[in-house]
Amino acid sequence: MDDYIIKIENVKFKYSKEDTDYAVDGCSLNIKKGEFTAIIGHNGSGKSTLAKLINSILLPTEGKIYVKGMDTADDSKLWDIRQAAGMVFQNPDNQLVATIVEEDIAFGPENQGVESSEIRRRVDDALNAVGMYEYRKRPPHLLSGGQKQRIAIAGVLALNSDCIILDEPTAMLDPSGRKEVMDTLKKLDAQGKTILLITHYMDEAVLADRVVIMDKGNIKLDGTPKDVFKNIEAIKKFGLDVPQVTELAQELAKEGLNIPPDIINVKDLVDLLCQ
Amino acid sequence: MFKNLTIGQHYPVESPVHDLDPRVKIIITLAFLVSLFLIDSFSTYIIVAVFLTAAITISKVPVKFVIKGLRPILMIIIITFVINLLMTPGRIIFQVGFIKVTEEGLKQAGFMAIRLTLLIMGTSLLTLTTSPIILTDGIESLLKPFKRFGLPAHELAMMMTIALRFIPTLMEETEKIMKAQKSRGADFESGNIMSRAKNLVPLLVPLFISAFRRADELAMAMEARCYRGGENRTRMRQLKISKGDYAASFIFIVYFAAVIALKIW
Repeated sequence: MDDYIIKIENVKFKYSKEDTDYAVDGCSLNIKKGEFTAIIGHNGSGKSTLAKLINSILLPTEGKIYVKGMDTADDSKLWDIRQAAGMVFQNPDNQLVATIVEEDIAFGPENQGVESSEIRRRVDDALNAVGMYEYRKRPPHLLSGGQKQRIAIAGVLALNSDCIILDEPTAMLDPSGRKEVMDTLKKLDAQGKTILLITHYMDEAVLADRVVIMDKGNIKLDGTPKDVFKNIEAIKKFGLDVPQVTELAQELAKEGLNIPPDIINVKDLVDLLCQ
Repeated sequence: MFKNLTIGQHYPVESPVHDLDPRVKIIITLAFLVSLFLIDSFSTYIIVAVFLTAAITISKVPVKFVIKGLRPILMIIIITFVINLLMTPGRIIFQVGFIKVTEEGLKQAGFMAIRLTLLIMGTSLLTLTTSPIILTDGIESLLKPFKRFGLPAHELAMMMTIALRFIPTLMEETEKIMKAQKSRGADFESGNIMSRAKNLVPLLVPLFISAFRRADELAMAMEARCYRGGENRTRMRQLKISKGDYAASFIFIVYFAAVIALKIW
């Protein structure tokens, strides 16, 4: 088997037969093991639908999706697929099941029928991985949004998933909560997890290894953050923003300064200007 | 104002009663209720009182918390007392107009009031010493044998857990909707019962819609985490019968035997 953990082959999807437009329209994408990919697109671009297709919550109308070589349309592999590609949703309140943090993290492995001592070990590992160990006995409704999302991530880690799909996990969080979640994701990325982050914050996408821009159910741009964000005009056409610093850099270049077009973070620009 | 809402009335301290297995506690409580209904003399209540006082003392729950549990049913106790007092025929002690109090009525009324009081104190000791989640585990485990008769034990327990999880969330949401509507001139406080109830409709509609949306999302999140019902499901925390449970059961059996002995005697 090759080293693609997720293979999306020419997938089309529409929510009901009467729909004339496809929510996902002929999309192909391969994700390598250990890669940190950000998918961005404005509302209705099909990015959340794509996430649900990978997790086999929805099945493609046409085309195939393989997760670790397993066809998502194969009913007998359903639970293996969901275990392999865990999912974190947007609203932190609506995905926590139990009244105590550690019970919630145990929910996944309990469903898998894991032995109780092994569940205990996985829950403790997951809590430590997201830095929430001291909160393990708390009721989730007393935690902040960022903390709740970290618990949701821990819940996926406890499933022993190789790949974590996050569907706009920071959309309902304040800036400090967003930072908490992004720090956690970067840490997990460094530990070799495959991360697929769906977002519409550019400053989050900049942290990924790879950025995919979706519009009208299809992939428009795909590459490293530097490669993608230098196409300011194209990105703006899709109704998206580019990182402020990239735009500033390009404006400065227009004014005759010798600045490359692919600056994506403030520090690089500062270094360049202060040479 | 709902942020620190405690669900149930669990009083979290460490005590031998708190440490008992929930199944043992539930069974003892049920048997305790049965024992109360077996009693037919005042003197036997002394044994019950001694047993209950001992249990409360060992549980380290302040007595005032146990008594607080009586408040909601105080009216019921009073009504029971009055009805028994006035309705029991027998030797009349005194009479004012058509109201007559009989000796038997007085006895019966006192008897019933004590029975109800002890009953509530006994059951609230269960909820005071057991957290809702452990109680749910206990109920699920006790109902398991009835599965073969079609009782959905796991589903019931899961429903209770989710209800407990979402009570504070929905409370918070109610408060938010209320504030939003008050800021636009809604009035929830004045007027008679009818108009107040009417004013609640615009509060309930958004609350229900949001609850359905939450349910939908939660179901999806649960499926994404491999939830497929109670089949082959394991638990992280397993219930274990320990020495304390044997001791408690033994003490309870002695108490129960004493109650029966006094009844026969």
